[in-house]
Amino acid sequence: MIHSLFLINCSGDIFLEKHWKSVVSQSVCDYFFEAQEKAADVENVPPVISTPHHYLISIYRDKLFFVSVIQTEVPPLFVIEFLHRVADTFQDYFGECSEAAIKDNVVIVYELLEEMLDNGFPLATESNILKELIKPPTILRSVVNSITGSSNVGDTLPTGQLSNIPWRRAGVKYTNNEAYFDVVEEIDAIIDKSGSTVFAEIQGVIDACIKLSGMPDLSLSFMNPRLLDDVSFHPCIRFKRWESERVLSFIPPDGNFRLISYRVSSQNLVAIPVYVKHSISFKENSSCGRFDITIGPKQNMGKTIEGITVTVHMPKVVLNMNLTPTQGSYTFDPVTKVQSPKIRSEQVFLQSSFCDLGTWEDRGKGLISWLKLKLLTT
Amino acid sequence: MVGEMIAKGKNASELFPAVVKNVASKNIEIKKLVYVYLVRYAEEQQDLALLSISTFQRALKDPNQLIRASALRVLSSIRVPIIVPIMMLAIKEASADLSPYVRKNAAHAIQKLYSLDPEQKEMLIEIIEKLLKDKSTLVAGSVVMAFEEVCPDRIDLIHKNYRKLCNLLVDVEEWGQVVIIHMLTRYARTQFVSPWRQGDVLEDNEKDFYDSDEEQKEKADKRKRPYAMDPDHRLLIRNTKPLLQSRNAAVVMAVAQLYWHIAPKSEAGIISKSLVRLLRSNREVQYIVLQNIATMSIQRKGMFEPYLKSFYVRSTDATMIKILKLEILTNLANEANISTLLREFQTYVKSQDKQFAAATIQTIGRCATSITEVSDTCLNGLVCLLSNRDEIVVAESVVVIKKLLQMQPMQHGEIIKHMAKLLDSITVPVARASILWLIGENCERVPKIAPDVLRKTAKSFTSEDDLVKLQILNLGAKLYLTNSKQTKLLTQYILNLGKYDQNYDIRDRTRFIRQLIVPNEKSGALSKYAKKIFLAQKPAPLLESPFKDRDHFQLGTLSHTLNTKATGYLELSNWPEVAPDPSVRNVEVIELAKEWTPAGKAKKENPDKKFYSESEEEEDSSESSSDSESESGSESGEDEEDDRSGDSAEDSGESGSEPEAGKGRAATRSRARGRGDSKDVDKEKENSKTSESSSGESSSIEESSSDSESESESESESESRKVTKEKEKKTKQERNPLTKDVSLLDLDDFNLVSTPVALPTPALSPSLIADLEGLNLSATSSVISVSTPVFVPGKTHVLLHRMSGKGLAAHYFFPRQPCIFGDKMVSVQITLNNTTDQKIENIHVGGKKLPMGMQMHVFNPIESLEPAGSITVSMGIDFCDSTQTASFQLCTKDDCFSVNIQPPVGELLLPVAMSEKDFKKEQGMLSGMNETSTTIIAAPQNFASSVILQKIVNVANVGVVPSGQDNIHRFAAKTVHSGSLMLVTVELKEGSTAQLIINTEKTVIGSVLLRELKPVLSQG
Repeated sequence: MIHSLFLINCSGDIFLEKHWKSVVSQSVCDYFFEAQEKAADVENVPPVISTPHHYLISIYRDKLFFVSVIQTEVPPLFVIEFLHRVADTFQDYFGECSEAAIKDNVVIVYELLEEMLDNGFPLATESNILKELIKPPTILRSVVNSITGSSNVGDTLPTGQLSNIPWRRAGVKYTNNEAYFDVVEEIDAIIDKSGSTVFAEIQGVIDACIKLSGMPDLSLSFMNPRLLDDVSFHPCIRFKRWESERVLSFIPPDGNFRLISYRVSSQNLVAIPVYVKHSISFKENSSCGRFDITIGPKQNMGKTIEGITVTVHMPKVVLNMNLTPTQGSYTFDPVTKVQSPKIRSEQVFLQSSFCDLGTWEDRGKGLISWLKLKLLTT
Repeated sequence: MVGEMIAKGKNASELFPAVVKNVASKNIEIKKLVYVYLVRYAEEQQDLALLSISTFQRALKDPNQLIRASALRVLSSIRVPIIVPIMMLAIKEASADLSPYVRKNAAHAIQKLYSLDPEQKEMLIEIIEKLLKDKSTLVAGSVVMAFEEVCPDRIDLIHKNYRKLCNLLVDVEEWGQVVIIHMLTRYARTQFVSPWRQGDVLEDNEKDFYDSDEEQKEKADKRKRPYAMDPDHRLLIRNTKPLLQSRNAAVVMAVAQLYWHIAPKSEAGIISKSLVRLLRSNREVQYIVLQNIATMSIQRKGMFEPYLKSFYVRSTDATMIKILKLEILTNLANEANISTLLREFQTYVKSQDKQFAAATIQTIGRCATSITEVSDTCLNGLVCLLSNRDEIVVAESVVVIKKLLQMQPMQHGEIIKHMAKLLDSITVPVARASILWLIGENCERVPKIAPDVLRKTAKSFTSEDDLVKLQILNLGAKLYLTNSKQTKLLTQYILNLGKYDQNYDIRDRTRFIRQLIVPNEKSGALSKYAKKIFLAQKPAPLLESPFKDRDHFQLGTLSHTLNTKATGYLELSNWPEVAPDPSVRNVEVIELAKEWTPAGKAKKENPDKKFYSESEEEEDSSESSSDSESESGSESGEDEEDDRSGDSAEDSGESGSEPEAGKGRAATRSRARGRGDSKDVDKEKENSKTSESSSGESSSIEESSSDSESESESESESESRKVTKEKEKKTKQERNPLTKDVSLLDLDDFNLVSTPVALPTPALSPSLIADLEGLNLSATSSVISVSTPVFVPGKTHVLLHRMSGKGLAAHYFFPRQPCIFGDKMVSVQITLNNTTDQKIENIHVGGKKLPMGMQMHVFNPIESLEPAGSITVSMGIDFCDSTQTASFQLCTKDDCFSVNIQPPVGELLLPVAMSEKDFKKEQGMLSGMNETSTTIIAAPQNFASSVILQKIVNVANVGVVPSGQDNIHRFAAKTVHSGSLMLVTVELKEGSTAQLIINTEKTVIGSVLLRELKPVLSQG
């Protein structure tokens, strides 16, 4: 299975390596760099690269490449999914998955990688178990440790690993027992240049933050569960109850986790709560143009829309823009999206808060590629 | 410290002795870090590493299972061949350990030992065999992994454990699931007969089979298939289904490939939904999933057709994702959706991403070859792209057009001429070479241009790319053979240039051509055939999907992704002709009978009943019991009995052995003790829990055995019946809104293309017609509402002059009303006059001479027409949206007269009422290839709105769209035959010019209409 792991930053330095079997030389990454060079854009580095003796499977997360070395046949998704899980764990432990954070906590990173894989086969990937094995770093704990000489490593085997509920750790105690659920829905829509919807579907997730003592057994029911078209579950959910009663019944992990994600497909009509209009015009005989975009709430929704964030990705040929929004504030980042003077555009920030997010895609005249709206409905 | 050095890849081996001393440290963190260090460097410093071995051997006997396990882990990770016997011993001991966690580690250690010393294989297989029998979900994944690594061909080891693995699958941790599913797929392919029958192939074309699983199952049951699936085969398919809802993409993919490879084709449809869901996750996951979908979509289009729109490209996708999506879209293209797709492709061509735009053009080419209906449209569109500003787009179009023209050896002289002109501007070598090749192939069709092109290229020969040079040589040779008078000197000049070229390929080619075509004394027999050689019919290139040949790899594997065989790839065998003996999977024959005859029946009726496996539920009960005593009794009594009853029979069958049950009893005892002193948390609870879970299943046996067998069965059956009823109800409810939604969606998106266009409301038609139409109207729902004609010109056309008709005169005119004879026909009214002084008898339509596809509904024969009398009859003609002439014979009793009706293009339309907004929306969809426009110059008085209106409706049967602006006039209609929209826009500009734009899918009619409207509008 997974032989070795290399962490590579954007400038091409290998700053961490870990081997689970025999040692593989760093030079294997040269093949990766070669592919990276060929791809021009980091997004286009192929996830699977074949080299004479090894196969490299990589993911790109938070400006870092996680490159794993494989020697024999293995489902590539297996490795990709695992690497993402590693990145998630780092994020969970250090708050961010950046080069600096990993370098600062290199010992913990090493211990984590050691626990997560044994001989290249995933061993413990549940964050609840890992946190029991290796305590996440906090300022208080590091002070205490340096005085008392105790360590971050727990000395008992996490009970979760042995039970059939590997996701929950034992002996959780809270004075305030609380459970929070965030329902986040995104609408993906492709709107053609005349403003009509070509394709729309809703992607939703329920993220939970559970702070309950003991072994709580929760159930969550929906008003209209039939709307949920395609659902994927956290392993804690009892599949059978869902099949028979459409009730989510589960013993939750402790802390933050994603309970379910679901899709409401285009079979059900997806109403988009706002309308988007745009117009593009080019000045003749000059390289400038004008781009207007209008966004407003649709009348029939009966809900107020609170925070709208519009993100417009300009094509790379655009060099500079002057923005004049009618409301709110705006920013323009010339590094990521601009290269030659062509278009004037506007970006509107009203407020960003989260609960309901919407994502729109618009395919205007090829120049405007897409825009993203964030908004809050109540 | 040292750890950091390892992480950075520095060599810290000189510190080895100092570090190894710490192995006995009390501090666990240091200990662990030492382990890390030891494993990393032991291979290099074998002697010193041995010093630490004794520490591990001691730790292997530790009472704490965590320490035992990690000692085994480190010991087996030290890659020092001398300690192989020690490792072997340790693994053997650990595989019999009470703790499943230690056993799991033993399974991992097997792989490590095997890679260190493959000679131990036989011994290791024994241990694997033992561990495969293990009932803990913790061990299952790891041991199957070891099995795959050490002895994947020993399929016989699986037989006895097959059913257990299937049943445990849901509870195994996700990584183990992936491995087990892959292994079971291979197993199933060797042990069961193929569920794919001939009939299934037909079924693939049916669209309804992915509606819902329940429906499917019902259907499957109803059909009473002659092929009986092995119950074990069914068990695997059923038990993996819930895993499609896993959050882990790898698991979903594994199940998908299992369904693809071993499930009946009608059931494989359910995986598409889950795979489409995966497209929402990270870039890398998308990449792999799309690759697999691409392979699947070639073989079974139907699976992914409903999700066509999910594969629409987003401009934020990475290029590789875009190209894969494009690939899938091409695979899914068919007659029904091609026009939607082509419109989508038009947008893609404009993309900033050049590589992607080029791929789109190739895709259009592929669609053109695979779907002949649109090949002309595609070709026209590609020709339009030739005038694109972007060179890469033009070059790619040239290459694709070349391929298309090669495939259709029709006359395309115009296009070739156009491309010859492009040669001056294009610099991309491939495109230049393609043009030259094309001219060379067709040099006899463009006799004037070809030599000129040769002249031009001869001038620039030295500066051309090698690829182009070769084609120049070819062109020269071909022209020399066909038109030697004009080109002899030119060709020889080129051959001379080629002779001294730097590239040996070109020099070779030059020599070859010279010998072949230029007659000299040495020229052999070959030169006689030179013409045949150069101007032979060349087979057209086949535009095929690059994923065509990937299906022989198991989906979801590395080999499939790379399209080469990866090391360690295990071939998926073909289905056996005759299934091997199924009884090898029987654990104990007596129990088996119990398991499969009664319970099997209940299961078929209620397939989803027992997915959540029993062990989980038991965990719940035991968990709750440790929390509160009183609850535990009632809960397990009420809730879980029903669920379990079906399974418990099975369980008792599998694990009825004595010692296990004994252990279960011990566990309950210890649990009770744990409850007693609840404050004394740590060790006791820990121990009791571990023993609980290890024998969780056996404790269930106790409970279930107390129930009488028969009772539990009847219970489960009644339960199942209830559930199925509920489900039926549900599916019925679901089905109705679903169909409704579909049609609603169609309104939104497809009204141009595929929806049946409604019949119009008649306004001018006679009452009889109105009645008839009323009937029709109720049948279809109106989509584009056809309005009444704005204006009906009274202009009649002569069908038969009285002189040539021996006194019978006939005129026809177009009443512009919907035809009663068929909704694709144009109604024509014919007025017959008798100008003679005798009765004309039996007037009827004789022989018809209609072009392909055209249809005609004739009037009933007229018995007699009085002198000076006249009669009006109506006919319906389906002109197939073309201006071709309908010829037929008008016969009387004595004579026959040949007559023709040629419709003006404006009469092939039906007016449509729509709002300005709709109009703009539709117009937006019909841009690019579907748009034709021209500029009109006329006196200002002609641009008064009433004049324009009058003129346009006079020529064409269009409806007026209310316009918000004074200077824009919009008209909408649809063609009678195909119902394609025809949108006419007149936009008044400054001065005395106006822009006339026509948007329609029927570009031919559009351009004819444009030609007709233009003079009318510009006239005074």
